[in-house]
Amino acid sequence: MDITQIQNRLNSLNGWQAKYREIMLLGKKLPALPEALKIEDALVRGCESNVWLHLDLDESQERLVIIADSDTRIVKGLLAIILACYNNLLPQEAKQVDAYALFEEMGLIQHLSPSRGNGVKAIVERIQNQIDAFQ
Amino acid sequence: MIEQLRKDFPLLHTHIEEQPICYFDSAATTQKPQSVIDAVNKFYQQENANVHRGAHTLSAAATTQYEAVRTKLADFLNVTSKEIVWTKGATDSLNLIAAGLSEKLSHDDVILISPLEHHANIVPWQQIAQKTGAKLEVLPADQQGVLDLEAAKQLINTLKPKILSVCHASNALGNIHDVAALITTAKPYNTITIVDGAQSLLHLRPDLSAMGCDFFVFSAHKALGPTGLGGLFGRYELLNDMPVYQTGGEMIERVSFSGTTFRDAPGKFEPGTPNISGVIGFGAALDYLNSVDAAALSKYEQGLYHYLLSALKAIDGIKVWGDTEHNIGVVSFTYKDEHHFDIATFLNTYGVAVRSGHHCTQPLMEHLSLSGTVRVSLAFYNSYNDVDTFIDALKDTIDMLEE
Repeated sequence: MDITQIQNRLNSLNGWQAKYREIMLLGKKLPALPEALKIEDALVRGCESNVWLHLDLDESQERLVIIADSDTRIVKGLLAIILACYNNLLPQEAKQVDAYALFEEMGLIQHLSPSRGNGVKAIVERIQNQIDAFQ
Repeated sequence: MIEQLRKDFPLLHTHIEEQPICYFDSAATTQKPQSVIDAVNKFYQQENANVHRGAHTLSAAATTQYEAVRTKLADFLNVTSKEIVWTKGATDSLNLIAAGLSEKLSHDDVILISPLEHHANIVPWQQIAQKTGAKLEVLPADQQGVLDLEAAKQLINTLKPKILSVCHASNALGNIHDVAALITTAKPYNTITIVDGAQSLLHLRPDLSAMGCDFFVFSAHKALGPTGLGGLFGRYELLNDMPVYQTGGEMIERVSFSGTTFRDAPGKFEPGTPNISGVIGFGAALDYLNSVDAAALSKYEQGLYHYLLSALKAIDGIKVWGDTEHNIGVVSFTYKDEHHFDIATFLNTYGVAVRSGHHCTQPLMEHLSLSGTVRVSLAFYNSYNDVDTFIDALKDTIDMLEE
């Protein structure tokens, strides 16, 4: 599912039970990060649960490849949404994307606890900072 | 009886996620009866004035009310009112005591705590230990998170601690500790004994004279009172002997630019304008607790706890931690390797409010090799229906996780 499909799917669901279930299912589709990649350097600071994130360019050295994982299913689902926003974009395209704003639009930020909301913000900032490092 | 009492708590009749609330986070803070809310409102609407100052009618009335609650609490705990100090909460109380006792500590003295302590009963001692060179030692517990009482007594006899500070009941697991036995064991060594009663004030209604501790700390908001208020009991000679913690108005006897003399305890530990409305609200909470049949409520709570426990244990994959024989009504559990946050988040969508995480007891979680648990903490105002709703929601949650 691309980000528009995800957005449409979540918007079509009624109630937070169904939405969280869908978010969790999105997380299940995200491949698990090998233990060897769950390193201290990859930990995103400011998240309440563990979030590991690696960002690189693909073989053509043009498009973004982000892989990420979390020890909680719901956060992993949130990561899946964030990754759908950025993966396969050119770095200059990704700079124009604000996944946090998208989360707000979907009503997700309002529903997450303040510390989880800050976690989403921290993940998005981490991605943006790493893109800056490429350019 | 419980249906009647539930009517006194307006918040229990509200909704989360459009579902009736099942409030299972009373170990974090209890809900407040209408009488407490009314007392705080009435104070600000009709009685507001500063205490211990001013000759005017309002100030005199506020002072009388404020001091009457101190006496009410002293009676509740079976101690004298001059041994009660108002603070911001149990954490503040523990910091005050740790700072006050630091002068008594020297190199190689032992401060002994249990492995089930809340961070508030660990970190202040760690800080004082670093400053004084004293050693912080920990009592033994098993892999289930239960204090080994016999081994604990032996360790007290071996270490002869200068300070022993333990919780009466664990906030993370609900275990009740036989603090009286620990205190008796420590007595021959002139150990200063401190009991963290944050979780026990409501559930166990401790008689401090019988318990024999030197200090006892609590938070009002965990016993039906307002937030931002707590207190401590200190055996008077020890209490009054401690140096002042914070300085300022109200706590002084006389100030000149060449020096200051302080009032005796408890006044010398209450600088600045105190939390007057909090104290008055807490007075209403104590009235409430005094008006109900404590023995009947305790029996009800225990019945509800065991009902919850057996329903949980019947679910395959659930592991309950802690002492399930001596417990204030806290169930801390894990489900397989599932993350506590996921479980708590799903439960919330059913209107069920539980706590998830390490419960400010990271060393205990480390001891149990856990990142955290889901904690269901009961109070007498929870119904059997609440427990049924929770169990149904948990089963749905598990189905979803296993999908």
